[in-house]
Amino acid sequence: MPEAQTAVTDETIIDVDKIRADFPILSQTFNGKPLVYLDNAATTQKPRQVIERMQRFESEEYGTVRRGAYKLSEKATRLYEEGRQKVADLLRAGSKSEIIFTSGTTQSINLVAYSFGKRFIQPGDEIIISTIEHHANTVPWQILCEERGAVLKVIPVNDDGELIMEEYDKLLSSKTKMVAVNHISNALGTINPVEEIIEKAHQVGAKVLIDGAQSTPHMKINVQALDCDFYTFSGHKMYAPSGIGGLFGKMEVLEDMPPYVTGGDMIAKVTFEKTTYAKPPQRFEAGTPPISQVIGLGEAIDYINSIGLDSIARYENFLLEYGTKLLEEIDGCRIIGTAKNKASILSFYLDAVHPHDVVTLLDEDCIELRGGHHCAQPTMQRFNVPATTRASMSFYNKKEELDALAEGIRRAIQVFS
Amino acid sequence: MSYNNELYQQVILDHNKNPRNFRVIDNPTHSCHGINPLCGDDITVYLNVGDDNTIEDISFQGSGCAISKSSTSLMTAFLKGKKVEDARVVFNEFHRMVLGELDPEKEENHLGKLKLFTGIREYPSRIKCASLAWHTTIGALDKKSEGISTE
Repeated sequence: MPEAQTAVTDETIIDVDKIRADFPILSQTFNGKPLVYLDNAATTQKPRQVIERMQRFESEEYGTVRRGAYKLSEKATRLYEEGRQKVADLLRAGSKSEIIFTSGTTQSINLVAYSFGKRFIQPGDEIIISTIEHHANTVPWQILCEERGAVLKVIPVNDDGELIMEEYDKLLSSKTKMVAVNHISNALGTINPVEEIIEKAHQVGAKVLIDGAQSTPHMKINVQALDCDFYTFSGHKMYAPSGIGGLFGKMEVLEDMPPYVTGGDMIAKVTFEKTTYAKPPQRFEAGTPPISQVIGLGEAIDYINSIGLDSIARYENFLLEYGTKLLEEIDGCRIIGTAKNKASILSFYLDAVHPHDVVTLLDEDCIELRGGHHCAQPTMQRFNVPATTRASMSFYNKKEELDALAEGIRRAIQVFS
Repeated sequence: MSYNNELYQQVILDHNKNPRNFRVIDNPTHSCHGINPLCGDDITVYLNVGDDNTIEDISFQGSGCAISKSSTSLMTAFLKGKKVEDARVVFNEFHRMVLGELDPEKEENHLGKLKLFTGIREYPSRIKCASLAWHTTIGALDKKSEGISTE
């Protein structure tokens, strides 16, 4: 009899046990309990490939970049620039010169708000964001508007946490100079229709920044197909170290932007009378960069590619559906953020237990969640909750961990009843 | 079923569910609004202080986690009838206890029932939940009109 063929399902599309073996922290126990790490939207754990690659660089290959004409420096420069190429390939940028390394999404958005804003935003101009932005994609624009006499407009969301596109249409006008929205909401998991947002913004001549902090580890990105002007990401949310991230910017836009931080490496020529700036990306990378972090980031991208973002998206979507069903079955548990198009983020609110108490109680079982406003206070205000508890899943999570989550929630409710 | 958790003892759970003095005092002699921006705890404390500096009445309103709510509830029950200067002494002791600087089992103190919150020192992220009520009360007594924020 021929062996029965098992069809590949969303659950079996990746070998999760094999993947877990790559992450040293996942085999740790705390107080004798295995770690159930469900705070991936805040930061992700690192595979040994990334840890070992950085360790090798630090112990055998370390040197400064872009300066020394000696072997260590030349090799470090080559590795550093290979990291840039890997980012460019991941985001499908046309050229690696369009990738600027920053400390992460927060700095990337601040760079654009400061540099682009200083040059191009005039009194009376309008900047559009959405209700469900991270503070990092809210506050820089708010400050820019205050400084330049511009006006901040906000796209509202419906009760599912989806942007109301008819309202977006109404906000757009010839006054709109910048539209800055996230690809995936960190607080709700909503995947926003960025293609449509970008196209419509361009029709009125506005530039568009997409905050990709949550999307880069979860789905394939193609900045050329999207046609966005800026795209941001954070390394530590995609299995790379903290302190490194980046900004994609269209070369024609970057070329017209003044420097953000100034000093060494960003100049063409300096005299006391005048300094001319280097071309992008160097113009925006003053000072010695985080070198081994860039090399770690490159390794993390290789790791993601070795699994494949299509498989990652399918598996994480399986976890989302599985977890959603479990939470829906719990009395007194309300899921906040029920968009049709969602990433693997489950924000919820319990009638009986405050999010901070949920987090402390489940931490007893080593189930690590986030409780709070997720740096998205306007989102919390929109849904009339002081805070939510959030479980955010990665491809290294298993459905059994979501069973443990549901059981922990039930127990927390029981303790508080 | 219960968690083996030093923090969520029965008294704390009870005060969370049935907070004492959970009401507004009209025309109080002192009041203050306190917030914990990191987690969204939000309370207002009201006091009526007599001419002899006795806290004749104290109450609160607001929302927050079990730790902040029960801490505020227990505090109001504790402070009613006490002198203002005694409240300040206990505030200082409570503050040092939650920070782990005062061990109520080893050092003389006036904390009484409030010793329940000793365990909070093991949970650094929750210390502000427990101390918000006290900061807000001291803010009210000091007539801090701008309110209190733990950040």
